[in-house]
Amino acid sequence: MSLADYAREHGLKRVGARPALLEYLAEAWKRRDFALTMARFNSEAANAKNRLGRWWTVLLPTVQALVYGLIFGVLMGSSRPDNYIPFLFTGVFLFSFMSGAFGAGAGSVTGNLGLVRSLSFPRMLLPVQATIQQIFNLLPQMVLLILTWVVFAQPITFNWLLLVPITFLMIMFSTGLALVSARLTVHIQDLTKLIPFVIRIVFYTSGIFFNMEHVLKNYPVALEIEKYNPVYVFVSLARGVGVAGYETTAFMWLAAIGWAVVTLALGIVFFWKAEERYGRED
Amino acid sequence: MAAKTKAVSTKPVVVVDDVHIIYKVFASGRRATKAGAGGGLFSRKMRLREVHAVKGLSFTVFEGESVGIIGSNGSGKSSLMRAIAGLTPIQGGAVYASAKPALLGVGAVLLPNLSGEKNILLGGLAMGFGRKDMIDNTDAITKFAGLEEFIDLPMRTYSSGMSARLRFSIAASRDHDILIIDEALAVGDQEFRNRSEARMREMRDSAGTVFLVSHSMKSILDTCTRVIWIEKGELIMDGEPREVINAYNVHTGSDTID
Repeated sequence: MSLADYAREHGLKRVGARPALLEYLAEAWKRRDFALTMARFNSEAANAKNRLGRWWTVLLPTVQALVYGLIFGVLMGSSRPDNYIPFLFTGVFLFSFMSGAFGAGAGSVTGNLGLVRSLSFPRMLLPVQATIQQIFNLLPQMVLLILTWVVFAQPITFNWLLLVPITFLMIMFSTGLALVSARLTVHIQDLTKLIPFVIRIVFYTSGIFFNMEHVLKNYPVALEIEKYNPVYVFVSLARGVGVAGYETTAFMWLAAIGWAVVTLALGIVFFWKAEERYGRED
Repeated sequence: MAAKTKAVSTKPVVVVDDVHIIYKVFASGRRATKAGAGGGLFSRKMRLREVHAVKGLSFTVFEGESVGIIGSNGSGKSSLMRAIAGLTPIQGGAVYASAKPALLGVGAVLLPNLSGEKNILLGGLAMGFGRKDMIDNTDAITKFAGLEEFIDLPMRTYSSGMSARLRFSIAASRDHDILIIDEALAVGDQEFRNRSEARMREMRDSAGTVFLVSHSMKSILDTCTRVIWIEKGELIMDGEPREVINAYNVHTGSDTID
């Protein structure tokens, strides 16, 4: 009798075997408190290093938005989008969340090897934890975003409540991104060098500081493609809800739901497939 | 010396079946590049080397045994332990276990920027224990580790001995069916070592199975019921502690124990 049969006969299970997907998710869900607590402790520790602490989570995107506003606002002159300040703030804040999750996910496994090598738990909790940390930053930004809308005299309507489902879909989408980038950087460490570059490209191609419809009005094909750009979709939805002069369309909602569901599902499966690999030496 | 008369059952707990561990590492330096061709900017100055750390080990461990693992540095002990805990992928063979083995290693600091207290909570949550249990246990764990004064400081400020003590105390605060201790005690001071050896015997007696990797033959003799000697990834000897340790001591040129 082989050792394997002998082990099976006595009810032993193979160690480190990747569990079935549902079992894996159930296991991760059981330890959700770990992800939440780790995110909270990490963001407290990160903020404690700076004098302004938590304030940086709103200060940084505000400064970014102001700088972009100043530079591009002047550059573009009269071709500036309508309601430029609320338009720009909406774009920059949402973008900083999505890119933040993508970047934080990338380092979530490779940056926590000590943890990965000493404790066994569903590794998925690491990119999820990194995303939760970004959500902690997002919430005060959302408050600030609504304040900007109010200050720049956007008409307050019940439509603003739609920001809640938009945020929710965007979180699903970003979690998927974080899961994908977490696994990719485990396979190819070099990708960490490319990530800032990728984020820049998406920034310049997603209409964060310019009005896509105007800039691409002579390129209908490009405009058609952009309608499927997830970052552009989420930003446009938020603008349609809160910034006067912009509309949401049924297509945008469908695209947002599609991107959220598909990215999250793909991210989970893609990450889970390599579960046995994380923590390897090379 | 501790009583080692506890009857060993015939129920297998861990089965190691022809396990191979191979690391692929980029080698660099003169030795690695000597053979390589050319020296242009884009030519690879590094060479991928395969390190065969564990070469087809097989053994079975039964319930209630505590197994000492000995061998010189780089013999594959830690790799094997990480494979048993499921933390290192293996290239051949398989490890079977009746429960999820918990590993306590050196090296690994959990979360260096967080305080000892927060590491206790997170370590426990990651192992699947409840938040309330861990919070209730925090004081006891701190006391066991002897770190009452420093528990609020970030773990990166701890000495290696202090963080090893904390990690041991976190894992030992609960009973595990299978516990693997990888030289975690070597860095502790004598007082802590005595306390932790007592705790390990307690865990072994409560039907848990313990693996202990150590260079201290005394710790191994005091706690283990069986010793496995590994050299260069191969099994040299497996048996009664005294016998194996004597043979090992002859091999290393140390005094034998009588």
